[in-house]
Amino acid sequence: MGNDKIKHSVLTGFLLHLHPKKVNSEAIKYTRTFGLGGINILLFVILAFTGLLLRFSYMPTPERAYDSIVSFQNNTLFGSLIRNIHHWSAMFMVITTFLHLLRVFYSQSIYYERKKNWYYGLILLLVVLAFNFTGYLLPWDQLSYWAVTIMTNIIEYVPFVGEWLANLIRGGEIVNENTLLNFYNFHTALLPILSTVFVVLHFWLIRKAKGVTVANNNEQKMVNVNPALISKEVIVALFTLAVVIFIGLFFNAPLLEKANPMVSPNPSKAPWYFLGFQELLINLHPIIATLIIPSALTFFFIFIPKVSIKNEKVGRWFYSEKGKRIIVYSVLFAVVTTSLLILILEYWLHLNKLDIPLFISTGIIPLFMYLIPAGTFIFILKKKLKADKIELILALATIIFTSYIVMSFVGIWLRGEAMHLIF
Amino acid sequence: MKRRNFFKKIILGIVGIETGYLVFDSFKKKKKKAVSRDLFEAGRIDSFEKNRMYPFNSGKFYLSVFENGGMLAISIKCTHLGCIVQPDNDGFLCPCHASAFDKHGEVVSPPATRALDIFPIVVSDGKILVDTNSPIKRKGFKKSQLTFV
Ligand code: HEM
Ligand code: HEM
Repeated sequence: MGNDKIKHSVLTGFLLHLHPKKVNSEAIKYTRTFGLGGINILLFVILAFTGLLLRFSYMPTPERAYDSIVSFQNNTLFGSLIRNIHHWSAMFMVITTFLHLLRVFYSQSIYYERKKNWYYGLILLLVVLAFNFTGYLLPWDQLSYWAVTIMTNIIEYVPFVGEWLANLIRGGEIVNENTLLNFYNFHTALLPILSTVFVVLHFWLIRKAKGVTVANNNEQKMVNVNPALISKEVIVALFTLAVVIFIGLFFNAPLLEKANPMVSPNPSKAPWYFLGFQELLINLHPIIATLIIPSALTFFFIFIPKVSIKNEKVGRWFYSEKGKRIIVYSVLFAVVTTSLLILILEYWLHLNKLDIPLFISTGIIPLFMYLIPAGTFIFILKKKLKADKIELILALATIIFTSYIVMSFVGIWLRGEAMHLIF
Repeated sequence: MKRRNFFKKIILGIVGIETGYLVFDSFKKKKKKAVSRDLFEAGRIDSFEKNRMYPFNSGKFYLSVFENGGMLAISIKCTHLGCIVQPDNDGFLCPCHASAFDKHGEVVSPPATRALDIFPIVVSDGKILVDTNSPIKRKGFKKSQLTFV
């Protein structure tokens, strides 16, 4: 232990170099990071490795893509397993990246020297989504073809640039062989390079900030990274690996019939992680759903770490006791309001029948049906609970996260034929 | 030192612009190829009857001939989210999200808000040709959109 003279292999040496020699004992508790950043990087490595294997068989043309995957599954040793692991790791990575975002946000780990890493993190989130979205098309089955059709058509709704952007992404007016080639190049060349660059920056900045945040900086007890941290990392890594392999062994990645550009399945949905977004478009006018809300969210997420916070609050889970309560209230508020509004718009209020411009009837009116309760809620927090700036941000962000989760839930499980609610 | 930084920035800038241009250009070329494709040949004029609708799946349009002899080449792509509309009692229905359109392609029931696109029809040599590469977006149906032979 702590014996510097031990000789390490090149790989071990490299991995150890990612860490300093000693770390704060508080920083390596499971409840600090839940290992989520580490799980992300491991999943990325698994994906890169299995993706590389898939590449040896995969042919990026509409005629051969589907058959090349079927043949890979049937004729290559462990073919199914490799594809399954690639598929499920990708799905998990969306979830663990989101959880990692929640962890750094709620543990107040995004201020001062960590501000930049919040921004690089947001870029990484986009990269992970781009990876998933481009990968989604590659099997070229009915699911992937129509999901990408729906999603690129949602992009067309963005005012001014939407159509141009969608045509650029697709390499044409519809999803075709150009789209497949574009997506293949992005998925297996451009994005792997991009993500490597940003992961390196992300890690370097973590080191520069002297590791992850700890709640109380006064009483520091330093321990050796090896074995204190390394042993925990190994446990988390083995656990992740076990889960991914287990799921890969018993659950096949979906593969429907080969894509048929003439027959749209009913219903056709965007990929599951974008269904919250599609839900927005179902309920709100396109200008609001594809431009105003996304821009507002972008500004909000850029703004968050710019707020000044007292030094002793950095690294505190949920900021304060009041913060905890506010978060619980916000979750309840968002669940109730979002579900109610979806139900009202589906069954009782048919705003598009009103004889006024659609932008007002299907845009402004439902938007305010959400904003007015939300505004009142925030106002009450401020007046009654005397919430400070950060606590209000916690409330707002919680409402946003929860609403997106509720909308995704509705989109994934509660919408059936013709995208109507199933009950 | 300052001068060196200045040159460094210029060189980086030029490389950046060049890379951006290359990436962009590689997208664009494909589009040109698509545009240069010929018109779609639907058939001889006398092979079409009035008051009927002919599907052309490979051309991605429905050729509708109305009572007055006017014709429309209506796109099969739903204006909502791009699914393929199906003929449905005297109109069209989108299977994905239940948008409905009348025989002229006008919206009867949302979520779609815009009429189905149409393609320009050219008559030459007694044949009906459809320019499937240049969809025309429209708010609704107008008489002037009809082609007569
Ligand atoms: C880094 C190198 C990577 C390479 C070379 C690669 C390569 C490939 C290939 C060749 C396919 C087609 C096989 C198939 O569809 O089953 C594929 C599919 C896919 N990839 Fe990747 N991939 C990489 C990383 C990633 C990452 C990081 C993600 C997600 C975060 C991802 C998500 C997906 C998804 C969702 C599919 C569709 C899988 C399916 O449903 O069958 N890939 N990838
Ligand atoms: C591929 C995606 C990502 C990988 C591989 C990754 C990796 C990591 C790792 C290993 C850590 C240190 C340990 C830990 O906190 O678990 C970390 C910390 C951090 N990450 Fe990420 N991350 C990713 C995405 C994100 C995202 C989406 C965000 C937020 C928008 C983010 C923001 C941060 C911040 C602010 C820290 C510093 C936390 C602290 O100092 O306590 N990361 N990341």
